[in-house]
Amino acid sequence: MSYVKALKCRECGQEYEKAAKYVCEFCFGPLEAAYDYDKIKKDMTREKIASRPLNIWRYRELLPVEGDKYNTLQEGYTPLIRADRLGALLGLKNLYIKNDCANPTHSFKDRVVAVASTRALELGFDTLACASTGNLANAVAAYGARAGLKRYVFIPSDLEKGKIIGALVYDPNLIAVNGNYDDVNRLCSEIAGKYKWAFVNINMRPYYAEGSKTLAFETAEQLGWQAPDQVVVPVASGSLLTKIWKGTQEMIKVGLISQKKMRVFGAQAAGCSPVTTAYKAKVDTFRPVKPNTIAKSLAIGNPADGYYALKTIAESNGGAEMATDPEIIEGIKLLAQTEGIFAETAGGVTIACLKKLAAAGALDRDAVTVAYITGTGLKTQEAVADHLREVKVIQPNLEAFEASQSTPVSSVS
Amino acid sequence: MAVKVLIPTPLRNLTNNQAEVLAEGGTIAELITNLSNSYNGLRDRLVDENGKIRRFVNIYLNEEDIRFLQGETTVLKAGDQISIVPAIAGGK
Repeated sequence: MSYVKALKCRECGQEYEKAAKYVCEFCFGPLEAAYDYDKIKKDMTREKIASRPLNIWRYRELLPVEGDKYNTLQEGYTPLIRADRLGALLGLKNLYIKNDCANPTHSFKDRVVAVASTRALELGFDTLACASTGNLANAVAAYGARAGLKRYVFIPSDLEKGKIIGALVYDPNLIAVNGNYDDVNRLCSEIAGKYKWAFVNINMRPYYAEGSKTLAFETAEQLGWQAPDQVVVPVASGSLLTKIWKGTQEMIKVGLISQKKMRVFGAQAAGCSPVTTAYKAKVDTFRPVKPNTIAKSLAIGNPADGYYALKTIAESNGGAEMATDPEIIEGIKLLAQTEGIFAETAGGVTIACLKKLAAAGALDRDAVTVAYITGTGLKTQEAVADHLREVKVIQPNLEAFEASQSTPVSSVS
Repeated sequence: MAVKVLIPTPLRNLTNNQAEVLAEGGTIAELITNLSNSYNGLRDRLVDENGKIRRFVNIYLNEEDIRFLQGETTVLKAGDQISIVPAIAGGK
């Protein structure tokens, strides 16, 4: 059963059938799934959700699919960890980390691709495609394999090795493009107009993007059915930030959680910060930039949802921050060394920005704060490889071990 | 002097379903005016009531976003290729 009434233009409200369409033919605004919230309010209860498996489909009433056959690898319901050691260092008393490394292909993209590929199957497509900064490439390659779909995956040619191998192992048609993500994206928009493929982040975008809402749903459920007071979210296209906000508002609307003023903060790399720059300049439109940052998964200079991300930040009385490359590396190490979570560069951006926002007093130190870690550091090892301790190699004897330690090791005997 | 213009799917109902059209123009602004004269209704989709290119429309000259060039006053030459792309796609 579907709770989606139609696709609807976010700008002018024009409605469209639930097809593989993504842009309004009248004003070029983005299309979005429009739900029957009255029906959802009747059908979706905390008890019903709690009775379902621990994956994103437990919230299926608020996901834009028609049937109940899901293309799933059990994505979602990732850990929400209380981060007291990191919190103490940053001066935040109620800090949580949402660890989305714990997904089947190790990033939050499994959420959106599970939804997009399920919808693609419903619409009868035989090919799944994407333009990707890496994590999406992995997810599309894997979920397409699981569904028996042909796959075309387009990436910038300078991606990290872990992300390339992490896609190639599933044997998609992987096309590396000479250029940055914005070049890949433009090319894919042209290709999407020519071939009848389900391009998850182009013509399937109204379905795909909704998958990100499950991060908000889970966070609220894991906090005992309440929204956090403030969240820090990495921003590339701006879609994730916007959807975390939307998911929270929807839970309020259908009565799953009570009204709360949640503040939304965006985190960007200094080498690619169109949204943060616009926020700091107090303007509501961003200027595209040419990215130059180690946080390649956030290196989108022309963010599709940048305008909406800025609007969400303003509406929620939140904020935005940016982190330099050295700060990103420090952020990765800080999270790993205080909480045991190895995040990719985007996570380094989030932690570095969390630190700056806390230090500046932009965050309420007593409030329930959630920082979103969206992908694993194992895919971006190059970023930290030269910034860690050296490995000591010793002969296999006790003297060699003790000689190798700069400070004496306390012994049990 | 005519340049080639790639038309995105949502606009092809205005260009008789052609994915590529030829249009004249010394600058991007002139090109949009000439395109609009040939294909009725195109102008309203590309520019707003103040004559500015709409927020969700990206225009590329030979693979470069015109916002990195001189915007609507960017000069065109023979052999150039223009691509009109809706600003909707992307990562996180």
